Amino acid sequence: MKEVTFTVLENDPVAPRTFRMKLAGDTSAICCSGEFVQVAVEGKFLRRPISVHDCDWETLTLVYKVVGEGTAALSAKRPGDKVNALTGLGNSFDIDACQGRALLLGGGVGTAPLYLLAKELVAQSKEITVILGFNTAEEVMLADRFEELGAKVYIATMDGSAGTKGFVTDVLRIKNVSYDYFYACGPKPMLKAVCAAVRGSGEVSLEERMGCGAGFCYGCSIQTKNGPRRVCKDGPVFKKEELLW
Amino acid sequence: MVKDLSVELCGIRLKNPVIPASGTFGFGLELADDMDLDVLGGISLKGTTLEARYGNPTPRIAECDGGMINSVGLQNPGIDVLVNEKVPALRKVYGGCVVANISGFSLDEYRTCCAKADACEGIDIIEVNISCPNVHNGGMAFGTDQASAAEVTRTVKEVCRKPVFIKLSPNVTDIVAIARACEDAGADGLTLVNTFLGMRIDIARRKPVIANKMGGYSGRAVFPVALRMVYQVAHACRIPVMGCGGVASERDVVEMMMAGATAVQVGAENLRNPFACPQIIDALPGLMEELGIDSLKEIISAV
Repeated sequence: MKEVTFTVLENDPVAPRTFRMKLAGDTSAICCSGEFVQVAVEGKFLRRPISVHDCDWETLTLVYKVVGEGTAALSAKRPGDKVNALTGLGNSFDIDACQGRALLLGGGVGTAPLYLLAKELVAQSKEITVILGFNTAEEVMLADRFEELGAKVYIATMDGSAGTKGFVTDVLRIKNVSYDYFYACGPKPMLKAVCAAVRGSGEVSLEERMGCGAGFCYGCSIQTKNGPRRVCKDGPVFKKEELLW
Repeated sequence: MVKDLSVELCGIRLKNPVIPASGTFGFGLELADDMDLDVLGGISLKGTTLEARYGNPTPRIAECDGGMINSVGLQNPGIDVLVNEKVPALRKVYGGCVVANISGFSLDEYRTCCAKADACEGIDIIEVNISCPNVHNGGMAFGTDQASAAEVTRTVKEVCRKPVFIKLSPNVTDIVAIARACEDAGADGLTLVNTFLGMRIDIARRKPVIANKMGGYSGRAVFPVALRMVYQVAHACRIPVMGCGGVASERDVVEMMMAGATAVQVGAENLRNPFACPQIIDALPGLMEELGIDSLKEIISAV
């Protein structure tokens, strides 16, 4: 865990109420996809947990949705402004669990952390299929970025305005996708449906209201088959087999 | 001149008065990789009960102006894991004062847990939590009534040789009366205050933010109220007080001590800044210089 004050490079909308914020600063504590950072927001007591969307030696990119006053304040940041964050939090996706063909399932802003995961899988020469679910066509984001990485991308929208009408699991039913391991991130009902519908092993990244974000306040614990687990420290990524729904 | 930050609690010397409060610093080990724990005056470990507990359903954290509400509900691995695993593991990396925070749902549970904590070599002080607002039929129920607060105190004092601090609830009409009842029943010290029972509602969903509806409010906003209670209790009792509630800076530490606290616990602030305690300790000598204080001991109850 490392506290870093970043400088905002970009902070632009990528979908309705959804922003992509690129930050310059020390990213040395950030190791892998699946991790998150705890962002301090002026005027708010607690930090806001946001997943790592992309990261290199000098920059950290976050994609976040405005869901309340804290994230609204974050969306008002302009290039040159400072953002303080605790970095290097949470576990990570297990990229070695995938033998050769990965299935990535993202729902809404839950798509964000799958991008760095896809980059890591591509670096290991793994084949990737991405299925992204949104409410409507105007909410669709990041699909082109996954395509740039060489992934096969399918879209599902609830209203059918883009791609397959329905859920990501509906795409899976219709299309003949072959994979040996899946990774998913999105709203809880989607993840529950994914774990029930998708055959084979995989893992999901969970979201929970957090206190400290670093495993010492026990505010975000969930019950699992292996007993209580802290989403912030033992997760946010959990194996499908471990979860109770 | 070298500043003397040390204080003494019931014969135990602390290198400084700053102690992370129970529930805001895990069992210490969670932060061992991120800081040198030995800079701390002490560590109050997460509240522990006889049996392992998961606690309350999530969400159990809510943002508030100037603080937060928690309804963790005493998630802990049980007293046997505390004394046999957590404390020995912490002792490998930490030499300072260890405060075990014990909670219970019956007098028998308090007695059994405190006896086990008393027998554990690595524990220096036993802090008896009679003020947890997040569990039913226990916790705070013991701390809001003079007779039952005294009864818990007497019960644990029968089985403890180590100093026993009773952690008091602010959710009472007269905290001085409860404090005096604990002192008369043999308490060696008092910790105050625990969190304030609070609530938030998500107005879009028309539901409480916290799954358990209510929880304990803490953070910077409660500081003046906590300070007032520390002042009243410290002036009414002869036993030492650990001041707790909204402490976020070295100035708050000095203020708490002037109000009567011998040691000062930092709670919710750790959740927004995990490095709050070491930063406060670092900043104390500079503030002492500014205020013309050579030894922190000299400012206890200065007001």
